[in-house]
Amino acid sequence: MENFFLAIALILCFLVLLCLYRGIFGPTILDRIISISVIGTKTTIILVLIGFIYGRMDMFVDISIAYALLNFIATLAAAKFFRTRKSIVLDAKFFKEVGIK
Amino acid sequence: MLTTLAIIFIATGVFFFTTATIGLIRFPDFYCRMQATGKGDTLGALLSLAGLALYYLNNGFSLPTILISIKVMFIAIFIFIANPTATHAITKSGLECGVKPWTKEGIQK
Amino acid sequence: MKYIISFFILFLNWVILSGMLDTFHLALGVVACILVIYLSHDILFTCDEFFYKNLREVIRLIKYIPWLLYQIVLSNIHVAYLVLSPKMPIDPQLIRFKSKLKKDVSLVTFAHSITLTPGTITADIREGEFCVHCISRKVAEDILTGEMEKKVAHIFMED
Repeated sequence: MENFFLAIALILCFLVLLCLYRGIFGPTILDRIISISVIGTKTTIILVLIGFIYGRMDMFVDISIAYALLNFIATLAAAKFFRTRKSIVLDAKFFKEVGIK
Repeated sequence: MLTTLAIIFIATGVFFFTTATIGLIRFPDFYCRMQATGKGDTLGALLSLAGLALYYLNNGFSLPTILISIKVMFIAIFIFIANPTATHAITKSGLECGVKPWTKEGIQK
Repeated sequence: MKYIISFFILFLNWVILSGMLDTFHLALGVVACILVIYLSHDILFTCDEFFYKNLREVIRLIKYIPWLLYQIVLSNIHVAYLVLSPKMPIDPQLIRFKSKLKKDVSLVTFAHSITLTPGTITADIREGEFCVHCISRKVAEDILTGEMEKKVAHIFMED
């Protein structure tokens, strides 16, 4: 059973890497926010799985709860913060003008 | 019995996670990507955490075991409420910034 | 009455999260719960009186959850079909419609249900007007029939 959990955790890590593609090359800032939110949800599950593998569930469940709460708040705060930015649609062009790659 | 049920739940959850991730990469615009992640992540997390909580009950039905299972289900319920709310917030912020939705004919002007 | 109910909800949360059942930790929990209720008693229940009606609403909401779970499974299979088919048969569009619901709780429940049913997400609610993003024309017609709105109105007794 431990091998099964290890395999599931590795698959989830691979999915996190796939999500990171959208986080790096996403056309707008909002795509990057979605990507971070999805990665956070997967990380919550990976933390619980790590607790199973090490046999220390009582400790890792608390860390996982804290991570889920923080992920939710961070997503809401980022969405609210970028609501007023008008450059959000054009940010690829904007970054090119400023000179950041 | 519990182990089989847990394996089925976790495998289904990981399958829905995979479809959500492929949707995040393949769909053409921001709103369609929200469709994939808002649904796939919610059910994936719910199923995986339910399977893990069931598996933990294998250690015997004592009080600490049941408490930890309840805590895992607590995370699942929280994600069930919070994930659609986050989806809603991001979509609304996209609408207010004027991100144009993709249609079959191309992006509207 | 509402103080006692909020105290029990908070104390149950404390017991689940701490997991220790000796006298010291339970006493600490009682003190913390009383302090939280004293500082922010108007957040959990906004109305002044806790009626018998609210309990019936809670029971109806619990009956509504299995139907919602079934819809979530259907919507996930729909998304999986869309994602894994090579041609991706999507035709997204934004639609707007007026809703008859009045209370804040029922509006939130309805928006949540729209987000979790196949092919639709709520983008905006402004003065009872919903703005919904649909992934194809068929689901857009499904949502305009208003079957789910009737269910939500039945839960919170607005019909």
